[in-house]
Amino acid sequence: MTTVETINCRELREQQPRFQGFVAGHRACAGCGAAIIGRVVLEATGPDVIVANATGCLEVFSTAWPQSSWRVPWMHSVFENAAAVASGIEAALKAQGRDSKVVVFGGDGGTFDIGFQTLSGMLERFHNVLYVCYDNEAYMNTGIQRSSSTPHAAATTTSPAGKARMGKRHLKKDIVSIVAAHHIPYAATTSVAYLSDIKRKVRRAMAIDGPTFLHIHSPCPLGWGHESNLSIEVARLAVETGLFPIIELERGHQVGCMPIRNIKPVTDYLKLQKRFQHLFADDPKAREELEHLQALADYNIERFGLREDKPDNNDSSGLNVIHRQQSRTENWNP
Amino acid sequence: MTEALEGSQAIARTVAACKPQVVAAYPITPQTHIVENISKLVADGKFNCEYISVESEFSAASVVLGAAAAGSRAYTATASQGILLMSEVLYDIAGLRIPLVLTCANRAVSAPISIWNDHQDSMAVRDAGWIQLYCADNQEAVDTTVQAFRIAEQLEIPVMVCVDGFTLTHTLEPIDLPSQEVVDQFLPPFKFSRPLNTASPISVGTLVSPDYYTEVRYQHQQAMRGALAVIEQCREEWRALIGRDSGGLLEIHDDADAKIGLLVIGSVTGTFLEARELFTDLPATRLIRLRSFRPFPVTALQQACTGLETLIVVERAFSPGGGGIVGNETKAALSDAKNNTLNIINVAMGLGGRDMTLDTYRLLIEKVVNGELQPGFSIFDVDPNKLAPTA
Repeated sequence: MTTVETINCRELREQQPRFQGFVAGHRACAGCGAAIIGRVVLEATGPDVIVANATGCLEVFSTAWPQSSWRVPWMHSVFENAAAVASGIEAALKAQGRDSKVVVFGGDGGTFDIGFQTLSGMLERFHNVLYVCYDNEAYMNTGIQRSSSTPHAAATTTSPAGKARMGKRHLKKDIVSIVAAHHIPYAATTSVAYLSDIKRKVRRAMAIDGPTFLHIHSPCPLGWGHESNLSIEVARLAVETGLFPIIELERGHQVGCMPIRNIKPVTDYLKLQKRFQHLFADDPKAREELEHLQALADYNIERFGLREDKPDNNDSSGLNVIHRQQSRTENWNP
Repeated sequence: MTEALEGSQAIARTVAACKPQVVAAYPITPQTHIVENISKLVADGKFNCEYISVESEFSAASVVLGAAAAGSRAYTATASQGILLMSEVLYDIAGLRIPLVLTCANRAVSAPISIWNDHQDSMAVRDAGWIQLYCADNQEAVDTTVQAFRIAEQLEIPVMVCVDGFTLTHTLEPIDLPSQEVVDQFLPPFKFSRPLNTASPISVGTLVSPDYYTEVRYQHQQAMRGALAVIEQCREEWRALIGRDSGGLLEIHDDADAKIGLLVIGSVTGTFLEARELFTDLPATRLIRLRSFRPFPVTALQQACTGLETLIVVERAFSPGGGGIVGNETKAALSDAKNNTLNIINVAMGLGGRDMTLDTYRLLIEKVVNGELQPGFSIFDVDPNKLAPTA
């Protein structure tokens, strides 16, 4: 006679043993996206990885000697060379006949700006490395200075809003397109609002022998000026408005995206954050910038084909927004 | 077996005999022939390594850093602007105590741009925490390359082997390349004490607070002082193994009557040795050749200067607004010595590839004898007709 035990899906999921490569005790701010990304990415990679970390918040808050949150081999050299250090580690592993995967963590400064050259070199030489960029859209570690990833019109300490300026004057660099233009096997964007999407994409990248790139949108409550308990909500709104499109590219071509079923106006996202507060002033220039940002979101939605009108039968969470295309469970209807 | 080899070719073949698993480099004159020769050895199947053609010297240094941290013997080479571009990583490599060998094909630094030889490039990174060994000829460059891996791996301090660009790198000389058996005997396989390994994870390059920083720096200084003995020990073991005296901290060519000493560094040694023999009308000199600039061999230099009245420090770099780099270090070293009454004349010459000939030696000694060169620093051989008009 067999005993039948019942367990609901949520409990079952919570009881799954998980590999913890990045553990508690670090000094990240409450609501930090980067800390969640560090933990979730390593849950998906498992223990057989070596991490190269660019200088930045993640490196600083996780490794104050003699303590470390990392339970996988971890190395930090300088700000702009994580991709090159990873290339060297990978070459050594190859020479020694070891097959651990090398994973890079870099912020937007270390990826879009100062580490851009070493990243390009690593991709071109086709090293077997997964590069994870946690993108909090400014130099947060040094106190919120503008980077080439800072969105248009956002205020930072080096692109402040004032009488003569509406925050950052330039556009956010389209890093994933630039990366994909190296014709690497796999490049994707995702957001800390969608942990299962991060894990799925990490697993996919891990299975590829070659350079892969994951660009993860990651709120910084301090730098963006929102409550720390709103990080996930803010990150989700960036996706739902079309400002941060979630896409997948193979060999330079888009092969998938996360469709948006209920597209929200960009103001829903912007109004939660102090860095965009100057756009809500009674000022024609502010209104013009709001229109500009809405136009950018609309452009993303058309460019990447993000609009989805069909209902989502699999949405059990009640969020009624997003499930990725080509889901394994797309035709599954319990 | 002695062969006629270009310096770069000899260095490349020696590097291959040392069997680094990873080589990363970026082309720059006059280093290029070294990495071209290594690439060819790899292409011909004579040297099995991961050869990474990187997109800059900055990445060359970073790649070999990552490779060595993961437990592979690794090698790179550069010069001039390349070493300056690497400099941030050079400090990091040394601070992390990662064993590596880098050949610097010494060349002047811009501006004005010059592809020719002097020592401004390696001198600019003298504080990076690397051991710096300056070679007098290509035979020594070969021997030093093998010794460098041994020194680096024993001490976990990176070693820079400095060879004069063109003068050595592009010159054919009869060279005895050590056999593979000799190299294998002298250089055991690299077994790094702290490799990145998923079986026993460690965190490397963590943030260090003021509570620990001083102690890390202190240990680096201690290790560098300890390197003095290891460099000498390698010289002894090399001599025992191969029968050739090559290496050590410094080299002395004495003359019983010498009251004038010459302290030189690099390939000018050969020229000045010949001039000493040729110009019998000039006063006798003691030629001291500094091989190890980092660590600076204070005691050995003090002993080498015993009995001298005048010491001429000849160097191929300087610190504008300061003076000679080797000169100032020499003065500091000798100020602690009993013989601190020594007159120290410091000249920079051979800048940006200007030839240092037999006649240069004659002119230099004559000026010292005639009292035209006083203690202190000056730049030798300045032609007033070539100076730009001043406002």
